[in-house]
Amino acid sequence: MSDKDLVTLTDKQRKARRSRNVAIGLALAALVIIFYLATIAKFGPAILDRPL
Amino acid sequence: MALVHNRFDDQTIRMSEATAGDFFALLKPRVMSLVVFTAFVGMVAAPATINPFLAIVAILAIAIGAGASGALNMWYDADIDAVMTRTASRPVPSGKVTPHEALTFGLVLSALSVMTLGVLVNWLSAALLAFTIFFYAVIYTMWLKRWTPQNIVIGGAAGALPPMIGWAAVTGAVSFESVVLFLITFLWTPPHFWALALFKSQDYERAGIPMMPNVAGEASTRRQIFAYSLLLAPVGVAPWLLGYTTIGYGVVSLALGAGFVWYAWKVLRMSDSDRVMKPAKQLFAYSLLYLFVIFAAYLADSIIERVFALGGA
Repeated sequence: MSDKDLVTLTDKQRKARRSRNVAIGLALAALVIIFYLATIAKFGPAILDRPL
Repeated sequence: MALVHNRFDDQTIRMSEATAGDFFALLKPRVMSLVVFTAFVGMVAAPATINPFLAIVAILAIAIGAGASGALNMWYDADIDAVMTRTASRPVPSGKVTPHEALTFGLVLSALSVMTLGVLVNWLSAALLAFTIFFYAVIYTMWLKRWTPQNIVIGGAAGALPPMIGWAAVTGAVSFESVVLFLITFLWTPPHFWALALFKSQDYERAGIPMMPNVAGEASTRRQIFAYSLLLAPVGVAPWLLGYTTIGYGVVSLALGAGFVWYAWKVLRMSDSDRVMKPAKQLFAYSLLYLFVIFAAYLADSIIERVFALGGA
């Protein structure tokens, strides 16, 4: 594959992609935290106390 | 013929320059703030309690769902947004976000918000949120907006539903009191948007949208604005008349309704030759204040009633 086959991003495109990546990362982290806490809120601490 | 193309050039691929901020703008943050506020009022006014964290999740899901419908609206309406001064700088017509990106973003957030509300809160509120998104994106945006001057009258239902969703999130049901909250925003929408359409009629004309002033004329629109204000004022007071609130809310809503009728009367009396349309601009500004203050009064009334109920218990 030669260099011609690759897309070279401009500075603006690189900054924009980084901004989108950070936002997606934060949104995913927020979702994990929300579902973790909401599970405890819905079922109470008893959800951690179950026979294995 | 090659089945796979490995070569990219400017003709075949466009690398996105959209930032996270451009995607956030797709959510129509100002509209979203109103949705969050009215949904919150519905939650507080509901005669039940919900875990505070789940309340935050519900508000977040409703906000994201409302934003998603805004993104779908901007995807579909990019052609008319581009020719209207008020909307030309939106992310899609300005070229910052591609229509495909806006559509994908809107669909993903719609599904995510409805599923989150359903799984973590309850399925009635999730169903209402899904209906709101569908109504705004499909019934209003794709169908009514370009077809009938009653577009914002019927489409206003989408903007009026959030207090009912908030109510349903807490109680798992829908009651007549939440329907009254719905009616306040529903009847407020036509005079609010027609006041805007009066002084932005050239924009709508250029975009080919059949708003009331462009179809029925300015005089007819002014009469209809006044008629809706006469309907809105008593419905705004109805929560007190029906015994849902204290007299405090009754007095505030009565004064607000009288103000609305007064500004609508000034619009009705506006001369045909008036091109500055100050009364229409005043009514538009007042209508924003009206909706915010009437829901704030309802919120304050609900909180005070709860505090007194706790004190008396």
